[in-house]
Amino acid sequence: MDIPLRNPNTIMKLSRLGSFHQSKLSFLRSFLKEFKDWEYKRDLFDLNEHGFGTAVYSFKKNNRVYSLVCFANKLNEDERSDRVIATKWDAAFTLHDGVPTKEDIERLLNEVPKQEFGRLSFKELTLSRANKSVRVFNHVVENLSNGIQPDRELLSKVGYLYRTTAVYGSGKFGLADRFRIKNREEIYGPFRLEMMLVYLVRQFTFDQVNHVAHKKNPKKAVKLDIEICKSLGIGNSTGLGMAPFIVNHPSLLNNWIYAREICLKKIRGIKKVNSKDSDLFKDCLKKSIKNITSWNTDSEYQKKKIKGLFSELNQFILYLDNDFDFNEEFPFNKIYLYLENNYDEECIEYVVSMMMEPYDDIVSPLIKKMSSEEEKYFNIPTDRTVSDLKTILEEKYSDILKIDFLKKENQLNFWFISKNKEEPRLANRFDEVGSELEQPLAIARDIKKLYEVIKSSKNNLKISEFLSQNFDLRHVVRRAFIVEKFPYSEIQDNTIGKEIIPIDMLRLKLSFFGALKFDPRSDKWLRICMFQGAPLPEQLKNYNEHWVYN
Amino acid sequence: MRSLSEIDTVSKRSSRAAGYSWGISEEIGKNIRLLEMFSLPGIKNLNDFYKKKKDLKLEELTLIKEKNETSKSKFCPIIAGVSFLDQIGNLKNINKIKFTNIAYPILFLPFVSRASEVIGKRIHLKLDDKEFIMNFNNSISYNFFKSEIIELSEVISINILENKDTFSEIEWKELYKLSEDTFVEENESLKQGGAGAGLTDND
Repeated sequence: MDIPLRNPNTIMKLSRLGSFHQSKLSFLRSFLKEFKDWEYKRDLFDLNEHGFGTAVYSFKKNNRVYSLVCFANKLNEDERSDRVIATKWDAAFTLHDGVPTKEDIERLLNEVPKQEFGRLSFKELTLSRANKSVRVFNHVVENLSNGIQPDRELLSKVGYLYRTTAVYGSGKFGLADRFRIKNREEIYGPFRLEMMLVYLVRQFTFDQVNHVAHKKNPKKAVKLDIEICKSLGIGNSTGLGMAPFIVNHPSLLNNWIYAREICLKKIRGIKKVNSKDSDLFKDCLKKSIKNITSWNTDSEYQKKKIKGLFSELNQFILYLDNDFDFNEEFPFNKIYLYLENNYDEECIEYVVSMMMEPYDDIVSPLIKKMSSEEEKYFNIPTDRTVSDLKTILEEKYSDILKIDFLKKENQLNFWFISKNKEEPRLANRFDEVGSELEQPLAIARDIKKLYEVIKSSKNNLKISEFLSQNFDLRHVVRRAFIVEKFPYSEIQDNTIGKEIIPIDMLRLKLSFFGALKFDPRSDKWLRICMFQGAPLPEQLKNYNEHWVYN
Repeated sequence: MRSLSEIDTVSKRSSRAAGYSWGISEEIGKNIRLLEMFSLPGIKNLNDFYKKKKDLKLEELTLIKEKNETSKSKFCPIIAGVSFLDQIGNLKNINKIKFTNIAYPILFLPFVSRASEVIGKRIHLKLDDKEFIMNFNNSISYNFFKSEIIELSEVISINILENKDTFSEIEWKELYKLSEDTFVEENESLKQGGAGAGLTDND
């Protein structure tokens, strides 16, 4: 049976993208798989009694070494902020390429805590900072130093000891450009070094809390229970900075979504599913319910989504147990069609993620195809004609071409870069100043504008000639020819309309990271948790790949 | 040291601020990144160009011909470059293309380098007394090493090179003969057993 790929015009809508969940394709899971047989080491741990100082952790294989350099600092209560406007953090980190020398560590000590105002070198790969969840950290220290384990319920509600507030890579602030390292096989999957940094930071938080508790009461202190450590991840506060990324990297976005779609197509196309695979699917699905029941948020928007998901998943599990026969042909196709007919996007995409669990042979080869050589697609094919371009627009942007941008509500917002933090922001075009400095992220509006212009151009006009008369449309002409090659490269929605929920864009990216427990704090930023339940570095050599659900 | 990613981003944003469209600014970002990667003074020239751009009274060259001349004003290197890149498909059969008075010609170079990749031919570019070979956008060879600002080129001549060897047939044969010393002379036994399919090779 030839199962078609899902229609980009459905899948690339923001409400659908904002319903994506982590899966076997997610970057933090593929990172663990790739690095499971690397040698992990804590090379330096030089902290004072309060937990301030320097630590170095590394992963090594053959001659390759990646070292996380950590600097933990004293921070006054009034200085702690997760917002991007902060200038100090409880700890700052960089992933160094190789083994850092004493001089490297001294240099980094001067630069890394400054974050955006510091300068890194080509020897550093990623940069980050994090703040303590003070309530949880102090609670853990207090209990451990008194010889008892902390309150698991409190820990489970928060889920982490520290949360990062930014993770930078790819040449920012002097970090190594991607071209320097792109041929290393171990980092073929996207964001692999960012994942490594976060994973090692998680271990640092456990070591630091144990260290502070021990210094506080050396005779009585105990270490944080390994199982509790495993149940904790690293929090992350994410704002709008992530949103333009998925617009600015169309071929990369395509490769992420395309991998997911190919997985689904192949799984739906399996004629006979053996009982081992169907049992694993059902087992993961049932166990995963605890990730929903422990999903805490104050956001009414998210609460409603969680409630709907929980209810529909329970109905779906009943359906699977009582009314569905995995011995039928093409069972996953039947399941998928049933989902589409009966459930909301949140539930459909949740189960799609779950379907991948038994199928390592389908998922693994696709992981290495999730990066993109974006430069290859930058040049515009100027020997093509306006007629070609018109066909592309009509075929690939059919819903977008229906939007009336003369209506105020359809162009209510504009994206801009803030001068003080050089970070993307979204504002009301009609109430705020600055729309004349709008970023080129209103793709739907500009595509519509392009279409209006080409409708009155000669069909046989070469694109080179068209561009010489329309400099202002060049960025969308480039996009249209990229979209022709990459069906899932464009969000099929209006990113400046009244109805936009920017966190849908963040959630898309974070689901591919492997984040759990999206906790919107507004429509423009959210908190998540990463690596919650993941094996500790010492356990990597022999770990259960379905740890997310255990 | 600034990373190429930073160079790309800042060049793109500053170009937008200098009045170019986003699409053109994207091209400039990529170009300055290329120049800096090839050790050519991209940032230096772009910065100086934008400081003086308002006073330069630039002419926009949007249709490239065999001879592109302006006597009264100067050509904008960005628009001339974009046009050259976009129209290279029409220009590849013209062997020699000439430009007079291109302002900040270093900024014009990466467009020519990228055009070399598009048509799969090397391009020789002479900028007054300076010479450049664009090697399919993999590298730019040049005969000057000063990190300088060039405000104007009186004449730029571009020569699209045919895909020809840089060596003679005799030189090739001499080297090939030497390479044969790595081969094994086949005896009957090796002829029979060394290959795979034997007599059915051409079935």
